Amino acid sequence: METSVDKELSPARVKTGAGFSSKKTPDTVSTNKRLKRSHRQIRAENIFRRTIMIVAVATVVLVVGIMITLAWQSRLSIQSAGLGFLWGKVWDPVRDIFGVYPFLLGTLLTSFLALIISVPFSFAVALFLGEYFPKGWMPDLLKNLVELIAAVPSVIYGFWGLAVLVPIVRSFETAIGVNAVGLGIFSSSLILAIMIIPYAASLGRSMIQMVPANLKEAAYSLGATRWEVIRMVILPYTKSGLFAGVMLSLGRALGETMAVTMVIGNTSLIPKNIFSPGNTMASVIANEFTEADHPVYLSALIELGLVLFVVTVVINMIGKRLIKGVSK
Amino acid sequence: MSVAIKYRIGKSTAFKTLVIVLSLACVVPLLFILVYILQAGITKINWNFLTNLPKPVGESGGGIANALVGTMIIVGTASIIAIPFGILCGIYLSENKNSKLAYWSRLCIDILQGIPSIVIGIVAYFWLVKPLNSFSSLSGSMALAIMMLPIVVRSTEETLLLLPDSLREAAYALGMPFHRVILKVIVPCGISGIMSGVMLSVARITGETAPLLFTAFGNPYLTTDITKPMQSLPLLIFNYATSPYNDWHDLAWGASCILLIWVLLLNIFTKLITRKWKVQL
Repeated sequence: METSVDKELSPARVKTGAGFSSKKTPDTVSTNKRLKRSHRQIRAENIFRRTIMIVAVATVVLVVGIMITLAWQSRLSIQSAGLGFLWGKVWDPVRDIFGVYPFLLGTLLTSFLALIISVPFSFAVALFLGEYFPKGWMPDLLKNLVELIAAVPSVIYGFWGLAVLVPIVRSFETAIGVNAVGLGIFSSSLILAIMIIPYAASLGRSMIQMVPANLKEAAYSLGATRWEVIRMVILPYTKSGLFAGVMLSLGRALGETMAVTMVIGNTSLIPKNIFSPGNTMASVIANEFTEADHPVYLSALIELGLVLFVVTVVINMIGKRLIKGVSK
Repeated sequence: MSVAIKYRIGKSTAFKTLVIVLSLACVVPLLFILVYILQAGITKINWNFLTNLPKPVGESGGGIANALVGTMIIVGTASIIAIPFGILCGIYLSENKNSKLAYWSRLCIDILQGIPSIVIGIVAYFWLVKPLNSFSSLSGSMALAIMMLPIVVRSTEETLLLLPDSLREAAYALGMPFHRVILKVIVPCGISGIMSGVMLSVARITGETAPLLFTAFGNPYLTTDITKPMQSLPLLIFNYATSPYNDWHDLAWGASCILLIWVLLLNIFTKLITRKWKVQL
């Protein structure tokens, strides 16, 4: 708005400036200088406008380029396997059989298990910070610590999981009498559950804080207890926001690579139960991409990446749309 | 009090206790991880660890100099690519809130933010590794730059939108051209918010491993040539942590400790900045 005004103003300023000075002062040298300076500034202004526009176009080009690259590079695998790719139960690069069902199952199992474990904790943190204790140094500390969970690099979670969590899980598995490997879907889910707590928690907190005070006060005045206010006022009011937080957590869990790769055990067999080792889509790519020695194999891995891309983007978009809907 | 009311109040208290217990329980694994890594790593760090190259299996000692230098180069190059680009894009988005291009650009930034890092690694592989026929730190930097971009853009856009319009109008009233209003008035006013976004994004990409697996690839030797494979801290941790040798595990613990301290420092520093200037992110 202001910018368009300025665009019209600046040439006008040049004209009047030039006119005045040529009438009143015979010193044409300084007039020329001022004219030149104004022209230079207008030119710089246009260059700047154009630059930021090109940059904005470039982000669009970047994303389109990413999609095209993935689709184009996975064409071999799409042609040879078609939709059977998603349901094929065997992944055997040596015999050129590429079915990703084991990895699909592995990804879904780890992500949803992680979600089930982490959601109660995330919501507890969201309620703690948003409703029970919104102010004070203790909640502040808790908020910063929870945000710190998201800051720790995933490879460090993986290393810690390998050194500390896996032995604990192994002894737990021995105790309940299943095949005690330690590495496997259960361990990865535990690590993932820790890693994704902050996403739903911080979004949930801001949503809960947005609940109008008069709604809550009305409920209190009718004699509702804190729990009843939470269940009957806060939850219905924030449910789509909380759901958006869960979606963002899920998107994060699906795409998480390193921590999972390090503790999941990396086998292409279909996981029998939640304690058996497996592989997720991301971990297969991480493990086998540099080993892929023929084009179809490589192409199959890229198609896996394409599937991962589409799924996470869709889930993230749903989350973002929900947030936008709530905050408007 | 009747039994029913007592029951309701009891339920409310029970739920409050549950919430408090669960929230505090979240912090336990984090503290456990932090303490464990710092304990295991801090004893491994000494001068030799920082300045030597890794020794082959079987020889104890050795250091991670190549990974430290590599991380600095890779992250530095990524920042050089992504920061100006991200800030300019953020400026566009905050100056042209309702244009069609802004809508699409914003959508693409959202998409970028959601792409799993391993997929970005694949794309960087086809854009820079395949054409140049060699793994290179440059391709790794490009992958990391793509990951940085959304964070920088978002923080720039949101910071600039918070600035009052009167600032801009005052600058225009003085006859300043558009680019000087932005670069000399608007950006300096929002610099703390932009800076904290930049630091958060640097902290985030320093720990990224997945996009580097098939771009920077790793290298047991010291190199500063950005067209050659290069070692980096997270890659080194991944490779050595999954190896069966104790000496290598020691190196990985030390490297994890350094990486963790760096990431924590960046995050704490960002917190201080945002608190001092009251920026909302």
